[in-house]
Amino acid sequence: MPSIEAITPTIRKTALNPVHRAMGAKMVEFNGWDMPVEYPSAGGIIAEHNAVRTSVGIFDVSHMGDIRLSGLDALDAVQHISMNDASRLAIGQAQYSALLYPQGTFVDDVIVHRLAETDYLLVINAGTREKDFNWVRDNTRHFNCKVENLSDEFTQIAIQGPQGVELLQKLTDADLSAVKFYWVTRGTVCGLKNTLIARTGYTGEDGFEIYVPPDESTSAMVWNKVLEAGKELAVAPCGLGARNTLRLEAKLPLYGHEISDNINVWEAGLDRFCKMEKPDFIGRAALEKSKAEGVKRMLVGLEMIERGIARDGYKVLDETGSEIGYVTSGSFAPFLKKNIALAYVPPQFAAVGSTVKVEIRGQGVKAQVVPTPFYKRPKRT
Amino acid sequence: MAYPSDFKYTKEHEWIKADGNTGTIGITAYAQESLGDIVFVDLPKVGAEVTAGKTFGTVESVKAVSDLYAPASGTVTEVNAELATAPEKINKDAHGAWMIKIALKDPSELGSLLSAADYEKFVNEEGGH
Repeated sequence: MPSIEAITPTIRKTALNPVHRAMGAKMVEFNGWDMPVEYPSAGGIIAEHNAVRTSVGIFDVSHMGDIRLSGLDALDAVQHISMNDASRLAIGQAQYSALLYPQGTFVDDVIVHRLAETDYLLVINAGTREKDFNWVRDNTRHFNCKVENLSDEFTQIAIQGPQGVELLQKLTDADLSAVKFYWVTRGTVCGLKNTLIARTGYTGEDGFEIYVPPDESTSAMVWNKVLEAGKELAVAPCGLGARNTLRLEAKLPLYGHEISDNINVWEAGLDRFCKMEKPDFIGRAALEKSKAEGVKRMLVGLEMIERGIARDGYKVLDETGSEIGYVTSGSFAPFLKKNIALAYVPPQFAAVGSTVKVEIRGQGVKAQVVPTPFYKRPKRT
Repeated sequence: MAYPSDFKYTKEHEWIKADGNTGTIGITAYAQESLGDIVFVDLPKVGAEVTAGKTFGTVESVKAVSDLYAPASGTVTEVNAELATAPEKINKDAHGAWMIKIALKDPSELGSLLSAADYEKFVNEEGGH
């Protein structure tokens, strides 16, 4: 008989886990990680969400994984395994992209950062860390390129919201005003030299993600200094609950929901991140075929017209009650104060203004296809 | 957390206050705290029958959907319409923000429910609060 320890999957913890618990966060399991879902002391999900929209919030996103590709053929390797055109990246620039299966469906979505001439960092999802690393390693063997799994090398903290730049600037010598959205820099942060600072995020707001050493004391020191520096900006510590509602309002896909191994790029509507004209990449041939044939379903934004909240997995029905699709993510949207959802429906129902129903506890509840993203941050000067 | 001693409680975290033949029903402070920000309630209409131990509606927070279980059987006589537009009142005052009132079918059903002291003991064991 195997011991209980051997058959029970280990719940992983980030270096900030004791800090979250000391702050009274409600903890949940997410993709095998023990993570904060909300901080009642910060007012909970809605207050955390709105802090990010109107001022600033911080998140522990250390569960995200990191894969480094470096060496002579690093660019060719990245080009081969990802759908966006990494040759367009200047040193210090980042892009949203995805790793695809030969069928044109998703291994994962990623942010590709070009850190140096032949040095790329892929930031990947928590739930797909091992799968992604194995996929990248196995599919880049024929390139002169070193592939490293750096997932456990960083504590990653996201500082998100219109006041994120003001907050982080207090803690670093790097000139953040010179760092554009989806660019990276390095600087001293909280006394830590050469810290990677990326102007990226998963909230639909301006913001930064910083990568600091993963030991508990350094991680706690940085987290606490960020909170302290953000006091006058009313910074909120934020959990995965707000992270999910923020990304939903901004229509940022979540692996296992809007994208997966049986959804392709065109269905997910991620066309503008897929560069068919660049050199061949895994999934390209299938996508070309799919484009010629046309897709059978499309990701749309729904707003509930009648009372009810569409939730992940709920059925989408036509006016007559026939099943036509399903909800991938749905929630009350805390900033927009509406009940919104993302769903896959056939193209004939995908036009903005189309009316459908969502089956909620056996009842068809009316919803309308609306433009997405539901929320777009205002241009600030 | 103070649980009113004139209420009775279920292990599913509803409370009921009996006043003669009328039972007023809501969810407990522990329930609202576990749920987090409440954004939606789905309640039966006046005249509907509810049965002890069976679901009579739904309460939803940002992150979760939970069924509501009737502490006792009866006919719905009143629904707190305010909660349709202001469900957050449950977070602010769970023991004041009642959901439905029922005409009790059998007031003796309440005898099998938890007292305030027993309920408090139950949630302390369950949630470590």
